[in-house]
Amino acid sequence: MEKRTLDNARKGKYITILALPQGLMKVQLIRLGISEGDKIFCLERLPGGTVVIQKNRQEIALGHELARQILISEEL
Amino acid sequence: MRTENTGIKISPEDLLQNKQFTTTLTDRKRVVLVGNPNVGKSLVFNHLSGLYADVSNFPGTTVAISRGTYGNYDILDTPGIYGVSSFNDEERVARDVIVEADIILNVVNSLHLERDLFLTKQLIEMGKKVSIILNFSDEVKRKKIKIDSKRLSALFGVEVIETSAVTGTGFDLLNEAITKARPGFVSGEITGRLNQHIVNNHGRGVALLVAEGDEEVSAKFGYEPGTADDRETIYIERRNTVNEIISEVEYEDTSKGRFFNRLGSYSLNPVTGVPILAFMLVVLYYLIGDVVAQQVVGFTEDVVGKKYFEFYTKKTVSEFTAVDITVSNLDADGKPVTSNSYAFKDGLRYNQPQKLAFEQAASSKDSDVSFDFKNPVVRLFFGEFGVFSMTITYLLFLLLPLVIAFYFVMAVLEDSGYLPRLATMMDRSLSRIGLNGRAIIPILLGFGCVTMATITTRILGTEREKTIATAILQFVIPCSAQLAVIAVLAGTAGPAATLVYGSVIVAMMITVSTVLHKALPGQSSPLLIDLPMMRIPRIENILKKTWHRTIGFMKEASVWFFIGALGVGLMEITGLLQVFTGLLEPVTVNWLKLPAEASVAFVMGTVRRDFGGAGLYDLALSPMQVAVSLIVITLFVPCIASFMVMLKERGWKEGFAIWLSAWVIAFLVGGLTAMVVI
Repeated sequence: MEKRTLDNARKGKYITILALPQGLMKVQLIRLGISEGDKIFCLERLPGGTVVIQKNRQEIALGHELARQILISEEL
Repeated sequence: MRTENTGIKISPEDLLQNKQFTTTLTDRKRVVLVGNPNVGKSLVFNHLSGLYADVSNFPGTTVAISRGTYGNYDILDTPGIYGVSSFNDEERVARDVIVEADIILNVVNSLHLERDLFLTKQLIEMGKKVSIILNFSDEVKRKKIKIDSKRLSALFGVEVIETSAVTGTGFDLLNEAITKARPGFVSGEITGRLNQHIVNNHGRGVALLVAEGDEEVSAKFGYEPGTADDRETIYIERRNTVNEIISEVEYEDTSKGRFFNRLGSYSLNPVTGVPILAFMLVVLYYLIGDVVAQQVVGFTEDVVGKKYFEFYTKKTVSEFTAVDITVSNLDADGKPVTSNSYAFKDGLRYNQPQKLAFEQAASSKDSDVSFDFKNPVVRLFFGEFGVFSMTITYLLFLLLPLVIAFYFVMAVLEDSGYLPRLATMMDRSLSRIGLNGRAIIPILLGFGCVTMATITTRILGTEREKTIATAILQFVIPCSAQLAVIAVLAGTAGPAATLVYGSVIVAMMITVSTVLHKALPGQSSPLLIDLPMMRIPRIENILKKTWHRTIGFMKEASVWFFIGALGVGLMEITGLLQVFTGLLEPVTVNWLKLPAEASVAFVMGTVRRDFGGAGLYDLALSPMQVAVSLIVITLFVPCIASFMVMLKERGWKEGFAIWLSAWVIAFLVGGLTAMVVI
């Protein structure tokens, strides 16, 4: 397990959310079903850092700025 | 059970301004449909009320409440939301309707329980009578997922029915869902967080929103909102409860839980996504740029609008007022060969012989007729820029076909699920200039009509983003009317001039947006977008959506086109327009190195953007002079209608600042280019 931020997640890897940014973004992510401790799949990482994650059947795109503030651990 | 529709559409502005529309309803029970985006809510609404509601696949574009009736109930549809709060306009609109609801039908996408049941739980905690409609039940079976709806019903304490909105399965249970709606289970913990005083006076819904720190609701009822920590705690508890419930009711038979949405993934992958995007743009360009903008508009504007509508309107008016009519015969290239003038001192009806002569000349196939009305008031309404001549032709025969085409294409992109993916793809490029991927929507629309696009900047998250997007639209994006003229002129001027033009415009786009991004205070919002599954759009939804939006746009924008035309008409008859042209002349000749007549074209460009370009057709310009004039008319101020809409959307100060900078930038950049290339 390696700690990093979501914008550095590798495509095709399962990751665990360690910490979400505080504030409005956090509650919006919680509503969409992404909370701390969740295991999710990195579906795509676009050049420039926009990340697409998948949890069950749900796909969510996060801009680089947001992904940078999310702490994850990635399975090796 | 289907009864008559009231057909009332309430705009979000009405709701936001707190016009108490809900209280104007009768004492009939209000059934409110609530759900996340893309859950098939609108199909349920259609089934119950027979009235169409806008279905949206792109989170954040539906902002209207549709209302209909079903038996003794009023049915209200709300925009798709992820929760009840005040993060954006959709949520504010939905929130106010939900607070006032008697019964809530919560439509849930069975494939996305984790996302959707968060809202369900919140609605139940608000103490509302709720029934859950598990939609997409057939797709759930197809994907070998099992959802125990009885258990779900037991855990939430409310009625649960299973439906498939597309095929209509389970719709016969909707009546039961309404009559059996009841308040569900709420834990003592949640109840303990509520201010009992608010519960007694305004209901649990308001009390919960206050406890969650909703500032708008708290201010409205005069309470201190809960803190951000309170909200987070409540949200996390709710999320945990929902996750526990899901683990009890959902079983997946496949060992592999990942659903592979192939086309969706291809459109996001940089290697395949870029070709898909390029292909889409080519199809779009052909469809809109060639078929609609050239062929359809060529017919509607030149034939229906000018040859029939304007000709007969002006001719009818000419019966009663002094007018000089010039009839020119055109050759195959549209150049006048012969021309005859007919002066009518008192109108056509007092000079029958001359009227006959004019009618005969005008009836020839290649004739071009122009009316010069002597009375300034008549000119104001029926002259070249007349409110009832040019403006109507422009609105109905040029703009309308284009707006329909653009909204149609956007609806297809939206309903197919491609638009959110396109937004994701463009996110990085747009974030460099202080926008996020979502801004691709107004920018794409800008190539159709900048006025339409300026209205659409409302979907952007922050004021900062709206300002940047509006500035880009007004400065550098040529609308379709102008694109056509630019294409023709650039074509005649050759590749070198086109290259000069293209590179200056792209450079300006980057410069303007980068400067604004650096100069404007604050931060832009990062992209956070839910990607719906790719699917084949339903044609009836596309058509109805296109129709609703087109009507909405025409209603909102038409008045500004009329006001703009009136303003320009007044400037023309008072001589102000000529003064303007005179002022621009020295700049045009000495600084831009263009013929004096080009200044007329520039001033005309403030009326309708394509007039600017069209005025350049007849001037003998060298290729580089064409490049310079095109740079000026592109960067130059937008048409009068989009200026008006910009003032309305962005306020007077900002609107004028953008408008005046457009003048300065257009001439500055045009002149600098002229120095280098001419």
